[in-house]
Amino acid sequence: MSEVKRGYVRPLDIRHGRIDLSHGSGGRAMAQLIEELFAAAFDNEFLRQGNDGATLPVPAGGRLVMAADAHVVSPLFFPGGDIGCLSVHGTINDVAVMGAKPLWLSASFILEEGFPLADLKRIVESMASAAKDAGVPIVTGDTKVVEQGKGDGVFITTTGVGVVPDGRELSGDRARPGDAILVSGTLGDHGMAIMAERESLGFSAPIESDTAALHGLIEALLASGADVRVLRDPTRGGLATTLNEIARQSKVGMMLQEKSLPVNPEVAAACEFLGLDPLYVANEGKLVVIVAPEDAEQALAALRAHPLGARAAAVGTVHEDPHHFVQMTTAFGGKRIVDWLTGEQLPRIC
Amino acid sequence: MKYIDEFRDGDLARGLSAAIRQAAVPARSYHFMEFCGGHTHAISRYGVADLLPDNVRMIHGPGCPVCVLPVGRVDMAIRLALDCGVTLCTYGDTLRVPASDSLSLMKAKARGGDIRMVYSSADALKVAQANPEKQVVFFAIGFETTTPPTAVAIKQAQALGLKNFSVLCCHVLTPSAISTILESPEVRQWGTVPLDGFIGPAHVSTIIGSQPYEFFAEEYRKPVVIAGFEPLDVMQAILMLVKQVNEGRAVVENEFSRAVTREGNVKAQNLVAEVFELRRQFEWRGLNVVPYSGLKIRKEFAEFDAEQRFPVAYVSVADNRACECGAILRGVKKPQDCKLFGTVCTPENPVGSCMVSSEGACAAHYTYGRYKDFQ
Repeated sequence: MSEVKRGYVRPLDIRHGRIDLSHGSGGRAMAQLIEELFAAAFDNEFLRQGNDGATLPVPAGGRLVMAADAHVVSPLFFPGGDIGCLSVHGTINDVAVMGAKPLWLSASFILEEGFPLADLKRIVESMASAAKDAGVPIVTGDTKVVEQGKGDGVFITTTGVGVVPDGRELSGDRARPGDAILVSGTLGDHGMAIMAERESLGFSAPIESDTAALHGLIEALLASGADVRVLRDPTRGGLATTLNEIARQSKVGMMLQEKSLPVNPEVAAACEFLGLDPLYVANEGKLVVIVAPEDAEQALAALRAHPLGARAAAVGTVHEDPHHFVQMTTAFGGKRIVDWLTGEQLPRIC
Repeated sequence: MKYIDEFRDGDLARGLSAAIRQAAVPARSYHFMEFCGGHTHAISRYGVADLLPDNVRMIHGPGCPVCVLPVGRVDMAIRLALDCGVTLCTYGDTLRVPASDSLSLMKAKARGGDIRMVYSSADALKVAQANPEKQVVFFAIGFETTTPPTAVAIKQAQALGLKNFSVLCCHVLTPSAISTILESPEVRQWGTVPLDGFIGPAHVSTIIGSQPYEFFAEEYRKPVVIAGFEPLDVMQAILMLVKQVNEGRAVVENEFSRAVTREGNVKAQNLVAEVFELRRQFEWRGLNVVPYSGLKIRKEFAEFDAEQRFPVAYVSVADNRACECGAILRGVKKPQDCKLFGTVCTPENPVGSCMVSSEGACAAHYTYGRYKDFQ
C-alpha cells in the first residue's frame, strides 16, 4: 500500500461519492480508498506494514488451518447484519469448526462501478467491528473494481488462518454409529431473514439473521472435555445438507427426531408461508455437533451455558446404514428421508 | 403455530391411524388416489403411509400443475424469452421443468433470457408497470386455484391501459383430468388398476366447490372426499373413504368444510368465465391430449394474450420413450417401476415431469421415501 500525501489530495467524499473504475486502477484513487477506508477501519500492526502480504509470526506447535469463503448476498444489508460482518463471521466459523483458534483474516473486495461509498463505509465498519469483537484482525487484502452491470454492488472474499492444537482431531469422517447429533440453536434464521428482506415480504415481526462468530462457543464446548467427533456450521443448504455431507464422509446413516428440532415460530411461519423447509434454510451462527453418546449431556450443558448456545438441543443419532441416508421420525409419527437439497429451494405454486 | 400445529398433532395421528386399521376390512384392499400434488407432498413429508395398514394404498394422481405442463408449453415460454426478447415472469417451481434441447427456464435464464421468478400474477403486473420499455409476459400455469388471480391481472392490465403486459395462458381444469383417469382403459375397461375412491383437491375446491365431483361419484361409483393439505386432513379423508367403501356408498363428502362449500367461490368463477373460455383440446404431460381441459383468453382480452401478440405456436414434443410418467400419473405404475427412476432421472436431472416439482409422485418418493426400496 502506498503512502498518499494528504496535502494534495481531496479526502474521499464518503457521503456522495461512488466507486468508479479508478478505485481499482492501482493508482492514487485506489491508494486513497485503501488508506482512508480499509486501512483506517481494519488498522493493526500487520496491515500497517503496508506490503502486498502480511508477515505473521508462526505459532509454536499445532497445525495450521486455512479456510476461504466468498460472499455474495442480496440484499447487502438485512435485519441482524450485512455482507460485511457475514464475511468475517463465516470465515472465522470455517476455521473454528476445525477445532482451531482463528488468528488472522484477509479480505478481498470486488466492487461494482457506481457503488455508493457511504454503503461501502457501512460494510467496512461492520467488518472492522466484527473482527475486533472476535479478536481476529484483518491483516491483508485486495481491491478490484468491475464495470457497472458486471457485479452486484460488492463481493467480499475472506480467508482465515488459525491453529489447531496437537491431539485435537475434528473431521467430517469421524461420526460413529451411536453418536449423538446436537445443534446449538434455532434453525433457518439467517436464510429467512434474507428471503423476507429480498422479497419484501413485510412480516410484522422482522426475522433477524443469526450471524455470529462461533469460536468462543466452540472453545467452551471443547473445554468441557466431551469427546466431540465432528463440528460443522450449517450454512447454505441448512442442517439437512450439512448432515448429508457428514453422513457421506463418515459412511453412516442418521436419524433425526422432528419434535426436537428447534425452530423460531416466526421462521416456521415464514417457511410455511413460502412452502419451504427450515431444515434446508441457511444459518450463519449455528453449530452442528456430533459427539460420543456418553458425553452428549455434558456437551449439551456446555453449549447451553454459552449465550450463543442457549437453545441447543439434541436432535438425533448416528447409526449404521450402507446407503448413508439421513432420515427423520416426523412429529406425525411417520418416517421420511431428509435428502440433499436439489438446486435452490423454490416456493411451490399451490 | 396457530391453525397449523392443530393439524399436525402426532397423538391425533396415532388415534386416526388406529381408527383406519380398525375400519379397514382385512380381507380386502383399498386403493385411493389423491389427485392433488399438495396431498402427495403431505403424505410423503409427514410419513403418512407409515401410519396406514398394508391393505390401504395411496396412488399419487396428476394434480401437480408443474408435472402436467407439457414440454411444448415450456418451449413456448423459452422462445418468448430468448427469441422474442420479452421479460418472462413465472412461478418458482416451473423454472426447472425440462424442455426441448436440454433447456429449462432456469437454463434459458443462464443463456441471457430475462426470466424472473414471481410469487403472484400481481407481481408480474408490477414488473410490466416498472419497465414500460419491455414487453412482459406472465407464464400462467396451474389449476383452478391460480386461474382467478391471472384473470384479475388481465383485467387490471386492461383498466391501466398497459400495452406491454400479456399472459401465456396454460391453465388447466381438474374435473377433465379426473375424467381422463376414470376413462382410461386400465381403469374403465381392463380393470387392471383398482381405484376405490378419490381424495378431492383442497385449494381447487375452494374455487369450484364440491359440486363438480358429484358426477364422478354417481357416474363411476367412486367415493370422493375433499380434504385439506394438512396431514391430519389426509388421514381423516382416508378414514372417511374406507367407511364409504365398506358401506357400499359412493358420494361426495367434504372433510375440508372449513374452506370448501358445495358452490365454491361464485365470484371467482364468474371472473374466470369473463376472461377465459375453454380450449377445444389441451395437451397434458403424461395424459396426452385431453378435450376441453384447458383455458384460453377470450377474444375480448386478445391484446393480453401472448399467443396472439407473439409468433409462438404450440408444437407438441414427445416425452422420453423410457419415461413412465404417464403410467405413474394414472396410477398404473409406481415411481420405482420406472427404469429411469433414481438412475437417469433424479431431482437434479429430471427426465420426466413427475420428478420436477416436490409435489410430483417420483420426486416425492425419491426425496422422502426411497429408503423403503432398500429395506
